[in-house]
Amino acid sequence: MNQILISRRSILRGGGALVVSFAMPSVASAASAESLSPAGKSLSGEAVDGFLSIGTDGIVTVYSGKVDLGTGVPTALAQMVAEELDLTLDQIHMITGDTALTPDQGTTSGSNSIMKGGMQLCAAAATARNALLKMAGEKLGVAADELTIEAGVIKPSSGGEGIGFGELVGGKTFELAIDPDAKFKSPDTYKLVGKSIKRFDIPGKVTGTFDYIGDVRVDGMVHARVIRPAAIHADLVSVNEDSVKDIPGLIKVVREGNFLAVVAKTEWAAVKAADALEVEWSDWKGLPDQSKIYDYVRNSEIDKTDVVATAGDAAGALANAKKTLEATYSFPIHSHASLGPSCAVADFKDGKLTCWSPSQGNHALQKQLAEMLQLDAQNIRIVYVEGAGCYGRNGFEDCTADAALLSKLLEVPVRVQWMRHDEHGWDPKGPPSLADLKGAIDDDGKIVAWDSQFYHAQSVGNAVTLVAADLAKLSHQPGGRAGSVQGNADLGYKLPNVQTSVHWVKNTPFRASWIRTPGRLQNTFANECFIDELAAEAKVDPFDLRLSMLEDPRGREVMERLRKLSNWETRPSPASNQEGNIARGRGVAYCHYHNTFAYVAAVCEVEVNRESGEIKATRFYVTHDLGQVINPDGLINQVEGNVCHTLSRTLHEELQFDNSSITSLDWVSYPVLTMTGAPEIIVELIDRPEEPPMGGGEPSAAIVTAAVGNAIFDATGVRLRQVPFTPERFKAAAMD
Amino acid sequence: MPQSVTLNVNGKTVSIEIDDPDMPLLYALRNDLGLKGPRFGCGMGQCGACTVLIDGSSARSCSISVGALDATAEITTLEGLGTPENPHPIQAAFIEEQAVQCGYCVNGMIMEAASFLKENSKPTEEEIRAALDNNICRCGTHTRIIRAVKRASEAA
Ligand code: FES
Ligand code: FES
Repeated sequence: MNQILISRRSILRGGGALVVSFAMPSVASAASAESLSPAGKSLSGEAVDGFLSIGTDGIVTVYSGKVDLGTGVPTALAQMVAEELDLTLDQIHMITGDTALTPDQGTTSGSNSIMKGGMQLCAAAATARNALLKMAGEKLGVAADELTIEAGVIKPSSGGEGIGFGELVGGKTFELAIDPDAKFKSPDTYKLVGKSIKRFDIPGKVTGTFDYIGDVRVDGMVHARVIRPAAIHADLVSVNEDSVKDIPGLIKVVREGNFLAVVAKTEWAAVKAADALEVEWSDWKGLPDQSKIYDYVRNSEIDKTDVVATAGDAAGALANAKKTLEATYSFPIHSHASLGPSCAVADFKDGKLTCWSPSQGNHALQKQLAEMLQLDAQNIRIVYVEGAGCYGRNGFEDCTADAALLSKLLEVPVRVQWMRHDEHGWDPKGPPSLADLKGAIDDDGKIVAWDSQFYHAQSVGNAVTLVAADLAKLSHQPGGRAGSVQGNADLGYKLPNVQTSVHWVKNTPFRASWIRTPGRLQNTFANECFIDELAAEAKVDPFDLRLSMLEDPRGREVMERLRKLSNWETRPSPASNQEGNIARGRGVAYCHYHNTFAYVAAVCEVEVNRESGEIKATRFYVTHDLGQVINPDGLINQVEGNVCHTLSRTLHEELQFDNSSITSLDWVSYPVLTMTGAPEIIVELIDRPEEPPMGGGEPSAAIVTAAVGNAIFDATGVRLRQVPFTPERFKAAAMD
Repeated sequence: MPQSVTLNVNGKTVSIEIDDPDMPLLYALRNDLGLKGPRFGCGMGQCGACTVLIDGSSARSCSISVGALDATAEITTLEGLGTPENPHPIQAAFIEEQAVQCGYCVNGMIMEAASFLKENSKPTEEEIRAALDNNICRCGTHTRIIRAVKRASEAA
């Protein structure tokens, strides 16, 4: 049913040249709300026109709902489309994340951009390719299968005159459903996919010509700063507007319920006013005691329990085993702590709202803003503009809501820039979690029983509550939060007796959301460390033990390759013969993402200063099989990022709070991994061009904490079960 | 009282009107002069995202009052080093190594490196790490950034 129907309608409708009329306004000249939702551009995820349009110049515009969160994914997506259509990369123009132009492909998260988003684009491109070939065949009088495409020109394989895409369909629409069965090109003909194409965005980013969200300027725009409650759920008692009346450029103090902001002509005036404004907040002391946070998790009411794996009779096997072990692992509360605090610009005019936002899910945000501001979602356009690196739902959506609310109240374009303390204090947090594990080994050193109980924060509602909606008491689903994810709670190994449950706890102290590899990181940390505990108890090599339980051939290859790559010395942990103050060790961890997607394993090497307790990860070896690799260097960059970022979380990061508010509000109170702590990282990718690509955004983060914990044990015989692995925790554990 | 301040930025003398001489240089560069290289990260001198060169040495523009400067101070921003068409050797090395994830930190990394390489043109890896230790990267681009600075030092 691949009918070719170049629509005359779309031309007659006036302004049929889609590409030209829909090009996103360049951010520098960011237009006003008037350019909202131009009629005619398909937003359907089922239509070729949703994703692709071809200009008269033959340039193919790709409309991707998936955006660049600092991973360079648009370059990889362009490679995929260019490959399917046999274009050169400079014939591709990427538009990402504009609710008026791009189909809703869901939030950019969960390592889905290539695995799902990219595959949708490829299906659209393959459908378009077939259509173009057929059309060209009719024009040229040659059968479609006797044509080839080169740089957007279709010509007979036997030689002779060709015809370009622009000439064939330029400026018109396809009006064609995506054919889910359209065949993709065979990998052995690839020219672009599989190559380390340099990212499009980097030259601009290193020369100061790239537009980040903070660079968006709209005519008539004013600057705002928000002032959040001193205690998280405090009420606004009074505001002394006189305290800021002498600040030149101040326009207004805005108060809506507990939502408080200052608006000024200049950014600096807004900063000063936010600082100087005298505000009285009520007392509120509802946060739990930080030092007892895991008791709080354990004592929380459980909403429901999911039994995620059972085999044999774990309870019976544990009761009858000669050797059993038990351990509890805990993972702290983290902030996304993006390097650039959240920023957004909103322009409300004539009942219509345009937001420039770095949100990872602008279609979802569009709905949330519609509810909060009681607008029709169709009257809200959200244009994605890149912010600082985003590792999940951070403060970007909240800042966009701040700007939208202020612009709606003032009817002028408003730019909101959060300050550092807003970001650390008010981004949603990765919730705390616990895991209780029990295991038994037999005389041959085999694991014969495994019981694991995970305690994770439950999700509430279908979106994380917007701070502005809550504070200003506007319509929203109260208490909305993104809980954890249960993936990889169940082991990827074959064991005879298993019982694994995830208990979803109702209480978590802060608005929860996802941070890079939510759940899978915490689960893999507990599982992969506890396997090492059992291996040590059985005095077997941890690599050998894993391989003895691992059946999946792709998983085995990842592990075998890692063993070679890291020059693994086969022996039980801990290492003997450690002399001197600095102990060295290595640890391994493995993860088959969700036991469904990518395979990844790592060996970490550490140095531990026994006296000071200081831990340094000196080297990581990572092997990774995620099917077809689109851009190897881009992927390695992402893997390196996962390693360093998760190492930071593992060694340094933990939210600090008292009973009324968060107290880790800057980089001193919330330390992170710096240059001197960065390990050498050696990555080996196992490319499988014949297999579908699986996401690489997150899996390699899941194994980092466990590999570090296992390496520390190998070096010192000290097992750390509570993240972060700080010098104090090491020293305390070493004394036990 | 609005007052006029004359600055020397990327080789040009420019005058701006300001309300408050205590305004940090960062705001003048970004809002009055439309420069995008220096970025707001913390406003407290902790992260390095706002780094510029003043008379060739790195300085955190979020923590220097614009009123403390005049046209005798030569201010250089990321834009003043090079362009996409004609990048500075450090910028070229960052492109070559693809030493960017989100790139928000990269202004600071490049400007700090530019200052440091002037003092130490053939640094060891350890020296590069130490020189950039007060510049924060959240995406975990650490090792590529170190490699890029090393490459730039070898190219020079
Ligand atoms: S913004 Fe200046 S050091 Fe962070
Ligand atoms: S690349 Fe994102 S902060 Fe460094």
